[in-house]
Amino acid sequence: MSTTNTPDSRSSREKAPAGERVADWADGRLGIYSLAKANMRKIFPDHWSFMLGEICLYSFIIIILTGVYLTLFFHPSMNEVEYHGSYVPLQGQLMSEAFNSTMHISFDVRGGLLIRQIHHWAALIFLAGMFVHMMRVFFTGAFRKPREVNWLFGFLLFVLGMFTGFTGYSLPDDLLSGTGVRFMEGAVLSVPIVGTYLSFFLFGGEFPGGDFVARFYSIHVLLLPGIMLGLVVGHLILVFYHKHTQFAGPGKTNNNVVGMPLLPVYMAKAGGFFFLVFGVIAVVSAIASINPIWAMGPYRPDQVSTGAQPDWYMGFSEGLIRVMPGWEINFWGHTLVLGVFIPLIIFPLVLVAIAVYPFIESWVTGDKREHHILDRPRNAPTRTAFGVAWITWYMVLLIGGGNDLWATHFHLSINTITWFVRVAFFVAPVLAFIATKRICLGLQRRDKDKVLHGRESGIIKRLPHGEFIEVHEPLSQEQLHTLTSHEQYEPAAIGATVDENGVERKVKGSEKLRAKLSESYYGEESQIAKPTIEEYKEITSGHGHH
Amino acid sequence: MSSQDIPEENLPAEQDAHGAVGVADEKDPFADPGLPPHEHRVQDIDERAARRSERTVAMLFTVSMLATVGFIASYVAVPHDKAIYVFPIGRINALNFALGLTLGVALFAIGAGAVHWARTLMSDEEIADERHPIEASPEVRAKVHADFKQGAKESALGRRKLIRNTMFGALALFPLSGVMLLRDLGPLPGTKLRHTLWSKGKLLVNMNTNEPLRASDVAVGSLTFAKPEGLEEHDEEFQTEIAKAALMIVRIQPDNIKDKRELEWSHEGIVAYSKICTHVGCPISLYEQQTHHVLCPCHQSTFDLSDGARVIFGPAGHALPQLRIGVNDEGYLEALGDFEEPVGPAFWERG
Repeated sequence: MSTTNTPDSRSSREKAPAGERVADWADGRLGIYSLAKANMRKIFPDHWSFMLGEICLYSFIIIILTGVYLTLFFHPSMNEVEYHGSYVPLQGQLMSEAFNSTMHISFDVRGGLLIRQIHHWAALIFLAGMFVHMMRVFFTGAFRKPREVNWLFGFLLFVLGMFTGFTGYSLPDDLLSGTGVRFMEGAVLSVPIVGTYLSFFLFGGEFPGGDFVARFYSIHVLLLPGIMLGLVVGHLILVFYHKHTQFAGPGKTNNNVVGMPLLPVYMAKAGGFFFLVFGVIAVVSAIASINPIWAMGPYRPDQVSTGAQPDWYMGFSEGLIRVMPGWEINFWGHTLVLGVFIPLIIFPLVLVAIAVYPFIESWVTGDKREHHILDRPRNAPTRTAFGVAWITWYMVLLIGGGNDLWATHFHLSINTITWFVRVAFFVAPVLAFIATKRICLGLQRRDKDKVLHGRESGIIKRLPHGEFIEVHEPLSQEQLHTLTSHEQYEPAAIGATVDENGVERKVKGSEKLRAKLSESYYGEESQIAKPTIEEYKEITSGHGHH
Repeated sequence: MSSQDIPEENLPAEQDAHGAVGVADEKDPFADPGLPPHEHRVQDIDERAARRSERTVAMLFTVSMLATVGFIASYVAVPHDKAIYVFPIGRINALNFALGLTLGVALFAIGAGAVHWARTLMSDEEIADERHPIEASPEVRAKVHADFKQGAKESALGRRKLIRNTMFGALALFPLSGVMLLRDLGPLPGTKLRHTLWSKGKLLVNMNTNEPLRASDVAVGSLTFAKPEGLEEHDEEFQTEIAKAALMIVRIQPDNIKDKRELEWSHEGIVAYSKICTHVGCPISLYEQQTHHVLCPCHQSTFDLSDGARVIFGPAGHALPQLRIGVNDEGYLEALGDFEEPVGPAFWERG
C-alpha cells in the first residue's frame, strides 16, 4: 500500500485499500458518496426519550425475523384434524390445522416455542413502544411543522400495528382468540344495512366457516406488514431529512442541531441498542410464557373460558363494548344495534382525536414557522392537559375492558365497576384536563420563581439584627437561558371588524371559534408570563433577596 | 462543524458562570451562553481507565460468543420435552429456558459492549450542525411551478377537455372490476342467520355424554349443555352449526318461573335457551342456581332465566331466544320446532 498521495487520482485509486476500492466501485454505480456526505456524520441530539422510537423500530425488525421463521411451520388452514403431537392432555382432540401446527411449533420444533414467544412479546412491546413514543412526541410538541406528516405516518403505524396484532393472535385458532374473532363478527353484524353482508364476505359465509384463518394469514403476513414496512421507511427518511428535534439549552437553537455524529457514536449506540432490545425480549420469552394455547385448547364456538381478554392494545375497544348499555331499536322489520354499533364508531374516534390534534393546534396558533426546539410539557399547558385527558380516557376504557379482572382481583362488584367506567368515560377526562392544566401552571410559576429568586439552597442565615433569611443561590446563565427560552403565544384576537373605509366586514364563525380557542390556549388563565429582563434586573439589582 | 458556526445571536454572551446574579450580563441576563465547554471523561485523560473500558467491552463480546456456543450446546443437548423447576418462576420447559437465556445473553452482551464502547471510548464532544429550512427557496419554487405549468401546457390536458374527461371516466370506472371480484368472498346472507339445526322432534343430546337427555336427567339447579341430535364433532359443518344451535338447559321449579310463555315452552320447569349471547355471540356459561341468572364471561351481560331470559345487566340488547321443548313417547326431551327468532348477536335484518 502506498503512503504517498499522488495528485493523480487514478493511480492512487489503484493502490487504495480494498474497502476503499469497493466503495469507489459502488459510488460509480449508486452514487453512495453524496448520500454518505449528508448522513455519515449526521448529528443526533441525545435524550433518553429519543430512544423510545428505536425500541419500536427494533421490535418491528424482530417481529419480521421471527415471523418469517414461524411461517415455515405454520399451516393457515381450518381443516379439522385430530391431535397426535407430544402434548398429552390434548391428544385425540379435534382441532384446526392452524391450531395443530401451532402446537407443533410449540412442542415439537426445538426453539419453536421460543421464537413464537419472542414474536408475541415483541408485538406487545412494539405496540407499547409506539404508544409511549407517540406520547413523547405529543407532549413535547415534536409534531409541529415540519413534522405533521411524520406524525400521521406514526399514527398509521400504531393503528395498523393494532390490526396486525389482532389478525396475528387470531391465527392459532385457539379458544381465546376465537372468542375475540367472534366478538369482531358480532361487531361487524351491528353495522346498519351492510353488516350482515360484510360478515358473510369476511368469513366466507356464516361464522366461523372455514376461511378466516387463511384470510387473516395473508392480511397478517403480507398486506399489513407490507404497508407498515413502507411507512417505517418513510418515517425514518423523514426523521433524517428533518433532522432530530432537541430540547432547549445553551448553544441549542431552532437553526442548529447539537449532538453527536452518526458515525461512530450513534452507529454503536443505536446498533447496540438493537441487540439490547432483542436480548431483553429473548430473556423475557425464556422465562415468561405468553399465549399458552395448549392451556386454552382449540376454538369451539360453544365454549369459552372466564377472564377472556384481548392483547392489551385492543383493551380499550373491549372496554367500549363492555360498558355500553344494550340499546337496540327495532323498526320496520330492521334492527339498529346501537349497543354495539356506537362502540364500533367511537373506537376509531378515540384514535382520530389524537391523530388530528397537531392540525387543530396549528390552526389555533396560526403558526407557520418550523419548530425544532421541543417544548417542556409544562410550557404548553392546554396541549399537555389535552394529552393527559386523552390518556385518561384511554385508561378508563382499559379498566372497562378488564372489568371482570378488576372485580375478581380487588373483590369489587362488576356492576359498580361498569357504572364507574360509564360515568368516568365522560367525567374523568375533564377532571384530568383541569388538574393537569393547574399542575402545569404551578410548574411554570416555580420556574419563574427560580429564575427571579434563584434556587432554594436550604440554608437559613441569621442576620446580626436577628432576622432569619433563606439563602437563594442564583442560577447559572445556562439555567437562566434554558428556563426562559420557550416561546409564549399571544391569544389571537379577531382582526379589525371595520376596514379602512369604515365598512364593516363579517366575522366568520370559524374566526370567532379560533379566537375563543386561542384565548383558552394562551390567555391569562392558561400561561404564566415568563420573567422579563426588567423584572429580573429589578429584583437582582442589589436590594437583597425578598 | 464546530461551535464557530452557531449563528451570531447565539454566540456566548458575556459570561461569568459562577458569579452572583447581580453581575450577570448587563443587557440580557437570559442570553444563550453557547455550548458549554466539553468536560473530559476519565477515559479521555487516563489511559489506564481507557484500557479498563477496552477490556470490559472485549469481555462483553466474549461473553456473547460463549453464550452462542451455549445456545448451540443447549439445542443439541437438552431434550425438547424436559421440564425443570426454576425459582421463582416455577416449572418451565428446559429447552425454551436454555435457548432463550443463551440467545438473550448473546444478544444483550453485544449491545452492552457496543454501548459501553460508544459511551466511554468514542468522542463525546457535542457538535452543532446547521439546519436548513425544509421548504425550497423562492427561486426553486418559482422554477418548479414554471416547469409544471410548461408540462401541463404541453400535455394540453386543460385545453383538450374531451381527453381529460374520458380519461377521468376510464380511471374512475376500472376499479369497479376489482370491487366485483370481491363478490365471491362469501355467499349472500339470505335467511341463514334465522335458522338453526333445531326442528320438530329433534332430540336434545347432552354435550358431555353424547347421549339424548331424559327429563329425569335434568335436576333442579343443574346446568346442562345440549346439541341437536345428529350433529357430530366430525361433521364438516360442526363448528358453524354449533355456533347457532348450542343450547343451555336448566330446571327451575315451575312456580319460580315468572314469565308465562317461558313456562308454556318448558317441560315441567325444564327450559332450553340459546347458549349464544345476544350481545356479540360469546357462549354463555356461568349459571348461578340460586338466582337463576346466567352471565356471559366475555362482556358480563346477565340474563334472568326465570324471567324469559331478559337482560338484567350488561351490554346485551335483548333476551336470549328460548327453544320450545317437550318429551317424546320414550321420555326423551325433544325440540318442538326451531327457535322463533334468530339466535346470537343482533343484525340489521333481524327486525
